[in-house]
Amino acid sequence: MSWMDRSRKGSNEMDDRAELDRPVSGEDEDQELAEVLDNFKSSVHAWSEAALSRPRRVAKVVRRRSWQLAAGWALGCALVVGSVSGGVYEHHQRQEMARLVATAKAAEQKRLLAAEQAGQEEEDLLSKVDSDVSREVPSAMEPLAQLMAEDETK
Amino acid sequence: MNMATAAEIAAHEFACVVERHRPQIFRFLLASTRDVDLAETLTQECFLKAHRNWASFRGESSAMTWLMRIAINLQKDHWRNRRMQFWRQTRTNSVDLDEASEWLPSGERSAEQKLLAQEQVKRVWQSVKGLSERQRTVFLLRYVEEQELSEIARATGLSEGTVKAHLSRALGRVRAELGGKR
Repeated sequence: MSWMDRSRKGSNEMDDRAELDRPVSGEDEDQELAEVLDNFKSSVHAWSEAALSRPRRVAKVVRRRSWQLAAGWALGCALVVGSVSGGVYEHHQRQEMARLVATAKAAEQKRLLAAEQAGQEEEDLLSKVDSDVSREVPSAMEPLAQLMAEDETK
Repeated sequence: MNMATAAEIAAHEFACVVERHRPQIFRFLLASTRDVDLAETLTQECFLKAHRNWASFRGESSAMTWLMRIAINLQKDHWRNRRMQFWRQTRTNSVDLDEASEWLPSGERSAEQKLLAQEQVKRVWQSVKGLSERQRTVFLLRYVEEQELSEIARATGLSEGTVKAHLSRALGRVRAELGGKR
């Protein structure tokens, strides 16, 4: 039975590192495990020391990035607001123009209608005056014309 | 002693605590996360939290145990938050196991011995990766920080018996990993 098999079998009973150093028949193997764990510890310590002593420029980079991000957002917002407000203004202008054209057209139509009506009324009035005047006031030459008409019949 | 002097003394004391314990806290968080940037961030948060609560620290346990407890809670919160945000595509900067195993002091080893040691360290990382959060914490505190079981129990808030059980299972996995791929 190898030391690994033994240790797997007895793993639930192993509570502490002290057990690794216990002098048993498989002491060499336990020492090997202790050595592996020691290497693991050394590697974590070395990595941690290297990471702690590395030069740090994170703050500067982060600040620049955040500034760029803020500028990007501001520019984007300005563009969106500009294009939206431009669109709204353009739409409003078009509506205003259409309203003015419609008003002008309606006024012109009204004026034309009024003018036509006035012309008609004037014409009616003139024809009425003509007929009234011709009925009430006889022509100065009418008696002579009657005489001539009688002579011709004779 | 006036209040300004008391505050100065407290600030000086805290500065000493930071200087003394920062490497250990960072190392534990680095081993737990395998992410240098995250470990730095959590270390900063740990000392920030400690500074805010420095007045309430009554010295019932050692400052190291107190700080370690804060660090353990912070990394627990971090993993919990990441689990809660599973729908988000979260980026991780954790280094892979090969890279983590590279940091081995050469000492007086031959190239072959160094390669073998690196391979074994990689297997230990592999088994640490597969441990539960508690087992990993207990394992790292014991075999990287070389803390006593009673200190681990105080830092984790577990009983010594539970710490022993977690340690036993963690060690079992390491043994299995080393034995299985030998």
